[in-house]
Amino acid sequence: MGLTDAEAGAGTEVSTMSPNWVTTRLDFLTNWARSNSLWPMPFGTACCAIEFMASAASRFDLSRFGMERMSFSPRQADVLICAGRLPFKLAPVIRKIWDQMPQPKWAISMGACASSGGIFDTYTMVQGIDTIIPVDVYVPGCPPRPEGLIYGIMLLQKKIRGESIADAALRQEHLLGPDGLFLPARTIDEISEPFGNSVHQTRSA
Amino acid sequence: MTAGPADLVSPAVAGLRARFGTAIIRHQVSCGDTIVYVTRDRAHEILAWLRDDAGQRFDYLTDITAVEYRDSERPLEVVWQLWSLDRKAALRLKVELDKRETLEVDSVFDLWKGADWLEREVYDMFGVTFRGHPDLRRILMWETYAEGYPLRKDFPLRGHFSRAEQTRQALAANPEAHYSLEELSIAAAYDELPADLKTRLAHGERGKVE
Repeated sequence: MGLTDAEAGAGTEVSTMSPNWVTTRLDFLTNWARSNSLWPMPFGTACCAIEFMASAASRFDLSRFGMERMSFSPRQADVLICAGRLPFKLAPVIRKIWDQMPQPKWAISMGACASSGGIFDTYTMVQGIDTIIPVDVYVPGCPPRPEGLIYGIMLLQKKIRGESIADAALRQEHLLGPDGLFLPARTIDEISEPFGNSVHQTRSA
Repeated sequence: MTAGPADLVSPAVAGLRARFGTAIIRHQVSCGDTIVYVTRDRAHEILAWLRDDAGQRFDYLTDITAVEYRDSERPLEVVWQLWSLDRKAALRLKVELDKRETLEVDSVFDLWKGADWLEREVYDMFGVTFRGHPDLRRILMWETYAEGYPLRKDFPLRGHFSRAEQTRQALAANPEAHYSLEELSIAAAYDELPADLKTRLAHGERGKVE
């Protein structure tokens, strides 16, 4: 598969898996199948999970987007939806669930708390699940309405339709580093800085 | 209601004073609730009497908690909230603990089995040790939590460690390594079970055990 350097012309970088008619058609087919049969692994911890349940129920009906089946086993899931705030006590749990999910896999961070810690800038709360696992789509809101989550899912479908099976970087496992962290320590400290109203919370005893 | 403040005092106070004398330090009425301050060393004895005495029968332990005040001179208080199911009466008992000394009181697990998790929570959040508790471990925070006791006033809202360090410790916590003593003892007791029960357990049978 793929063109040789000579055929592509000088100055064009070509790999053996460069996009051509066959790979792009194959991409189209796999992405069509993947994006329309996402099996969500619901990780509901708080009020966002109630909105998530509403999204899955008859009025909003997630199954219209091929998400008929909630996969309560991470080993049969495609997309992890973290609906609600994540306390530090659950950090090893969501990390283990993420590690158990087979590739290809995506993650949606639903709501303000999952995305940034939200109002819980305290000793118990992970300041955004992106310090634990890689996140594809952030859905804002407190909690987001079902329409918001469905829009987030459609954004994810759009992202999946733009992926290519030739891109090996997409399917890389992001394991914890030798320091036991997913992101560098400095980055975690930086994105966990207080912001908005929570800068006023530092009140000494 | 035209009852004066004196009428609102729970009749249990008079009984307590008659029975325990100087062990009852003082009492006060707040929002209609009677609060009795007792000495630490006799708190367990007093609670047992309140539960068992025919005139008191405070048989239901509503809650155990603790209070620390912003004034660092004030002692930390351990609170027992009691309720009498028969008489529909409430009573609050408090013990003051000097923060410069070891925070320690007697466990009431032998009086109320429900005290188990309540005392674990007070231990987890305030660092108060309950003497005689069968399984005094953290209950809300994970077992390897190393930052201290979160509801103490000297505990900063965001914790002592940096966010990166908190994340690292949380990810390394390995919750499966910390099963409770009961869970471990069930597994350990397998060898002592009767042979037929072992056979049935091995087949995953969930039938009635004679």
